[in-house]
Amino acid sequence: MSEDKYLLEAKEIVKSYPLGVSKVEVLKGVDFSVAPGEFVAITGASGSGKSTLLHILGALDKPDQGLVNFQGKDIAKLSNGQMNKFRNHKIGFVFQFYHLLDELNVAENVYLPAMASSSLPGWFKIRGKAKKRAHQMLEKFGLSHRVKHKPYQLSGGERQRVAIARALMNEPVLLLADEPTGNLDSETGNGILKVFEELNKAGQTIIMVTHDDRIAQRASRIVVLADGKVEG
Amino acid sequence: MYKFILAFRYLFKRRISYLASLAVALCVFIVVIVMTVMTGLVDDYKQKNHKFTGDCVLTSDSLVGFGYYEDFLKILDKQDFIYAASPVIKSYAIITYPDSGRSRGLEIMGVEPASFSKATGFGQGLYYNKNDVTQAFSPSYNTKLDGCVLGIDIWISRDSRGKYQYSDPYKAAFVISSFPLTVKGALARAGAGEEKTGTFYYSDVSHSGLARVDGGMIYLAFDKAQQLCGMAGDFKRVNSIHIKFKEGLKVTEGCEKVADIWANYVAENKQQKHANLFDYVKIQSWKENRRSFIAAMEKEQKMMAMMFLFVGLTTVFVVFAVFYLIVNRKSKDIGILKSIGVSNFSIIYMYSLFAFLMGLMSSAIGSLAGWGVLLRMNDIENWLFVHFGFQLWDRSIYAIGDIPSKLEFNVLVTIVFSAILACMAGAFFPTFRAVRLRPIETLQVSQL
Repeated sequence: MSEDKYLLEAKEIVKSYPLGVSKVEVLKGVDFSVAPGEFVAITGASGSGKSTLLHILGALDKPDQGLVNFQGKDIAKLSNGQMNKFRNHKIGFVFQFYHLLDELNVAENVYLPAMASSSLPGWFKIRGKAKKRAHQMLEKFGLSHRVKHKPYQLSGGERQRVAIARALMNEPVLLLADEPTGNLDSETGNGILKVFEELNKAGQTIIMVTHDDRIAQRASRIVVLADGKVEG
Repeated sequence: MYKFILAFRYLFKRRISYLASLAVALCVFIVVIVMTVMTGLVDDYKQKNHKFTGDCVLTSDSLVGFGYYEDFLKILDKQDFIYAASPVIKSYAIITYPDSGRSRGLEIMGVEPASFSKATGFGQGLYYNKNDVTQAFSPSYNTKLDGCVLGIDIWISRDSRGKYQYSDPYKAAFVISSFPLTVKGALARAGAGEEKTGTFYYSDVSHSGLARVDGGMIYLAFDKAQQLCGMAGDFKRVNSIHIKFKEGLKVTEGCEKVADIWANYVAENKQQKHANLFDYVKIQSWKENRRSFIAAMEKEQKMMAMMFLFVGLTTVFVVFAVFYLIVNRKSKDIGILKSIGVSNFSIIYMYSLFAFLMGLMSSAIGSLAGWGVLLRMNDIENWLFVHFGFQLWDRSIYAIGDIPSKLEFNVLVTIVFSAILACMAGAFFPTFRAVRLRPIETLQVSQL
């Protein structure tokens, strides 16, 4: 397949972690690709390397071997500055434990990526626009009444919706979600999945990691990791 | 912008930040007070020595002294940079109190009160003749008698608050026996026309503020002392010339000028009789002259500064430990920030800003509290003395009046700067360690 067909392509990814004096090989040559607009679920047993693969795809971790091409470019060749821009503009992360900053209120958490991408004078130029987008997203996710609240004042579902809004703030090409419903009850988790489905319908490419087959069924394609490789 | 928002929030929204700020503020508070008092004491001591000596001293290493001083004084008088110059006799003597017959060894100084008061702070230290120093050696009860000015601690006692118990001068005679030396440095023989012993009457007291001087010095009229020390006669000698420069001239520059003039004078007079005595003469600034006394105090101050350097290092370590805790607790935040594309530099910048703000705020609080206490330091000590009998120094023993409480700008700036630096150093290393971790390491479930 040509590179243009894929938004992201991972080839022969190998990753191991030290465990005492020995090494645990988590990924043993994973090949994986995602086309623009796809909603892919990566699933597998606990410890199969799902999250590790997701972190490598999102440049939060580096593979021992193999390469990750994003829009045809090898992300390992990016400089530190380019890597930061890549994380800020191209990727949006949603974590199982939300990972919101307790010192910031809901709105500030959402427009944090916009602040991070601009200098102090630059921020004053885009501030109005960024705040407006943050408020629009919070309204879309039913959180307009929680704008000034701190993360610890929100429920789990609300926190995860704030995390999704933050991930989408800079309109990333790819949304990566690591067990986004893992810390939520089924009803709230279902609400989050609906949000993902709507985003995907609107054209957002999503890769979601989950260990739950029923949740994985909500994606348009399922990739199963077993014994450090993609099954089938 | 997020750097400023987060730095402020970390500072004002976290209890641990308040504790760290309190630790820094306390250290600043203590250092401000101790350094102010110590610096004040040293400066006060230096000032007293400066007053006692004048700006410059031309002095002989030998008790024999040197001659031809009168011509040199005339030369000095013509110099436009000299405000005053005064010849001085310095020697040792035994003083006997006629009433009790008790004797003790003392230093004697023979001075011309008018010129010596212009060159030094002698006149300001007199009690009865402050306004007319020419009468310093004329006892008010009988001006025809030979007077002597006693170091204040020889004659007047102090109360527990350090106040001298003055009374009207009354007739008290002292027999002073000196050890007159010949030009060659031998003890002058009896009956050689030299007066070894004289009776002098209490005319005033001198308060220099220097314990050694006030407790062991008797001032006599210049000509009387010269006779008593065997320095009068055909070949008149003195031990030193005290000089004060005109306003604006640096002491070192003035001393160099005097040294040049003296060198020329010595060259012109090297053929004179007893010119060899010039070899023992040196020109010293007041600091050099009083070095042996000041050095001890300065060493004490340096030791104090060293001790506070260790206190400072302990503070740095405390701040380091606190920041280590804060940054470790916040390592998840570092992972979050890195996951949204914030650079390592920006994270270090943010935590450094946090540390800077903490240092600035803490040192401002510590300085203000220190300043407040310094303003009221003497009142507080007085209150403690009145109610509990507590004193920092026993004023009946130590020649210290008020506790120095003038806050020096340079000292304050140094302390504040050091405190901020300590905070920033304390924050830098744990932050540096944290940013080097991969984002995923700080976002592990085990880190939550």
